[in-house]
Amino acid sequence: MKIDLTDTTSSKINKALVQGRRAIGTPAVGMVLTLVIVTDEENAYDALKAANDASHEHPSRTLVVIKRVSRSPRDRTQSRLDAEVRVGADAGSGETVVLRLYGEVSEHAQSVVLPLLLPDAPVVVWWPVNAPLDPANDPLGALAQRRVTDTYASEQPVRELSARADTYTPGDTDLSWTRITPWRSMLAAALDQVVCEVKAVEVEGEEFNPSCELLAMWLADRLDVPVKRSLSSGPGLTAVRMDTDCGPITLDRADGSLATLSIQGQPDRGVALKRRETAELIAEELRRLDPDDTYASALRFGVERLNSGLVSAVRGAEAAEAAVAKAVQAVALAEAAVARAEESPADQGEGSAAGEADAGGADARGADAGGAGEGSPAPAKGAAVGTPAEIAAKAAAASASAKETKAQEPVTKAAAK
Amino acid sequence: MSPFTVTEANPLRDAADRRLPRIAGPSGLVIFGVTGDLSRKKLMPAVYDLANRGLLPPGFSLVGFARREWAHEDFAQEVHDAVKEHARTPFREEVWQQLIQGMRFVQGTFDDDDAFERLRGTIEELDKAQGTGGNFAFYLSVPPSSFPVVIQQLKKHGLADQTSSSWRRAVIEKPFGHNLESAEELNKVVHEVFAPDQVFRIDHYLGKETVQNILALRFANTMFEPIWNRSFVDHVQITMAEDIGIGGRAGYYDGIGAARDVIQNHLLQLMALTAMEEPASFDADALAAEKTKVLGAVRLPKDLGRDTVFGQYAAGWQGGEKAVGYLQEEGIDANSKTDTYAAIRLGIDNRRWAGVPFYLRTGKRLGRRVTEIAVVFQRAPHSPFDHTATEELGKNAIVIRVQPDEGVTVRFGSKVPGTSMEIRDVSMDFAYGESFTESSPEAYERLILDVLLGDSNLFPRTEEVELSWKILDPIEEYWDQHGRPAQYPAGTWGPVEADEMLERDGRSWRRP
Repeated sequence: MKIDLTDTTSSKINKALVQGRRAIGTPAVGMVLTLVIVTDEENAYDALKAANDASHEHPSRTLVVIKRVSRSPRDRTQSRLDAEVRVGADAGSGETVVLRLYGEVSEHAQSVVLPLLLPDAPVVVWWPVNAPLDPANDPLGALAQRRVTDTYASEQPVRELSARADTYTPGDTDLSWTRITPWRSMLAAALDQVVCEVKAVEVEGEEFNPSCELLAMWLADRLDVPVKRSLSSGPGLTAVRMDTDCGPITLDRADGSLATLSIQGQPDRGVALKRRETAELIAEELRRLDPDDTYASALRFGVERLNSGLVSAVRGAEAAEAAVAKAVQAVALAEAAVARAEESPADQGEGSAAGEADAGGADARGADAGGAGEGSPAPAKGAAVGTPAEIAAKAAAASASAKETKAQEPVTKAAAK
Repeated sequence: MSPFTVTEANPLRDAADRRLPRIAGPSGLVIFGVTGDLSRKKLMPAVYDLANRGLLPPGFSLVGFARREWAHEDFAQEVHDAVKEHARTPFREEVWQQLIQGMRFVQGTFDDDDAFERLRGTIEELDKAQGTGGNFAFYLSVPPSSFPVVIQQLKKHGLADQTSSSWRRAVIEKPFGHNLESAEELNKVVHEVFAPDQVFRIDHYLGKETVQNILALRFANTMFEPIWNRSFVDHVQITMAEDIGIGGRAGYYDGIGAARDVIQNHLLQLMALTAMEEPASFDADALAAEKTKVLGAVRLPKDLGRDTVFGQYAAGWQGGEKAVGYLQEEGIDANSKTDTYAAIRLGIDNRRWAGVPFYLRTGKRLGRRVTEIAVVFQRAPHSPFDHTATEELGKNAIVIRVQPDEGVTVRFGSKVPGTSMEIRDVSMDFAYGESFTESSPEAYERLILDVLLGDSNLFPRTEEVELSWKILDPIEEYWDQHGRPAQYPAGTWGPVEADEMLERDGRSWRRP
């Protein structure tokens, strides 16, 4: 059942939860954790769906914190909390509260969340997008034992990985890391089967996919050998090649589902390595709530220490070309976004400066979606990594400057390689 | 940097890295009796589910052995259908593609030497094509009478020979004999061919999450263990009830009966886990040592006629359906004395449990399908409340519900809201079953994986099987010589004699 509460408070929400449980006749439920999802309106549906699926394995109270953007100065001075309480069949196996925060209260989301946490149960915060730079010191992140970010969804995944390493606090984890568990276990299984020493490794995958970097860093960290990161057109990770003293070991996945494991002197074998749904990733993430030291160690190895070996010139050149092509596309999209923002400020912003910036930001994100459809999500995005409010403020400027800076960056990056 | 050898210390393996699942090494599974129900409903789906969860090694091979005239493709199709129908996890084509590469079928009967030569050829071919490395487990999903011949054939054709770098394992299902003598006989036959640590006896109850949870509940917490002894526990009831009759298993069931079928393995194992002392560690040896100790300390009642009951279901109504009595079932001798219900009282002679009775009961055509362990506590030695206030208060209890609604219930008294002081039983429920198990693995998944990994924690050992028969044999002999099974209408909770048995002790059966 659903209970809608408008302009409400945490204590009224708590009452509604008790009332909802009574009404469906299950006054006590065995929920094992509180999952707080911090997201914006457009990602809320997918995130909540994934969390509900995962709740079949981990019955939890799910709190979805949606910070609404205020369109006018008057809106910003008024604050309001709306809540939607779902219990029973509508909420997976647990309870769900969708919280919408307007105005000033959106800066104090922790005050809303704190009274709603399950007593004495672990708290997990998950940012599907726009994770704070320092999750452990974020007011909401500070409530949690475990903080789940997703660098794959960020503007500049690889740069953000470095930022994550700088601010790493035990309990931090990232879905890009979760995504590679099947790869890691298959590679470990491959090494179980041979008595060889690994000399060098190459990890191949699409650009702007932090999972590839993380896998490469994990291998470099564990094996203590040079690891090369090379590019392919994806999807996701496409191959890992290990050079050993008894011949090459290759795990090759061209199509994103069925991979081939080749070991020198052994027959080639097919192994299923399907890219997984977000719900599965979250379920894996919730299985353990203690600090993931292996992740910390891999993350801290440092992106910049990869590729210390030589990259094949041909591959580098190809990648550079591809990057340029993507950048050109991105510029076109960004221009379109700016144009639209300039045409229609009145629709969305009542003509105020903030309103314009906001509209620009929204459209720029729309442009991202278009870019993603064509297989090049990252270059089209604005440079800012920060809170939605910051992005909104910077978006107009960013999308304008994107023409210059963003177009150049992938090229210089590729050239550097 | 010093060079490392990978097998001794795989640098990608790290005890702290707990996301990485335990993946079995290169290996294959040979199923004898692959056309049977167990194989179709449990084994094949379990193999698929394991593959789907990424727990099987690349190149894992599945070989079916049966009489039917099948080609490899027919076998693959059969597995495909079984998986689609019974697997727990969703069907995914790429997982299927991985599995199908290693699927083979060998046609033949158990006494056919050529068939076993072909099986050997198949295994050698798989070692080459799939890289199984000579590691094979033989799953004997066959009637007990065929055990010796299959085991002997495996020996004769060199299929049981392991080298220093490969293993061969035998997986056998209950019944492990029908009394002590036949169990010893069977063990002799099996151990002649396979080393004791390569023989895995499947008791699928031990693969259930809730059964493993008994150990977690008892030994990971502090609040239960201090009261888990004779000072606080009044008695323990272990129940496994089925609502179905014998179905089409007349040939197997008649002459075996409920006690041999269920008490000897499942219930005595559950009792051992409930009553055993804390093991030094959770490795197989330490666990087996504790279980063996407690089974060795079991004391039979002095008067078997007083403290055991055996029964047979008579015609009646079971859950809205008319059910025939056991003696009217097809293929059953009208004079059969086989027990379809058995209840026994056991004691355990050690400091922790002296004087605490353990009541074990099992039966077919009972009220509903349920398995549970109920630890019932003594009443408070003194009650400040007057008699009327606590009239409705029963004994406190901790109930571990093994199936179907997995979980733990704690029952205790609580004040009824209102002006007068009135105390009534309430339940506090840990709903393990409703939420966790939706995604938790089937018992067979866990057990097959453990066989491939060579992890024998959850498999009863020879000594445990033989001790269990030592407990049950005198009871069976007594029943054989004294009286006839008590009749109970189908769909009830057993014969009145069983109720009287507890009444004599001043107790009563829980209605599970």
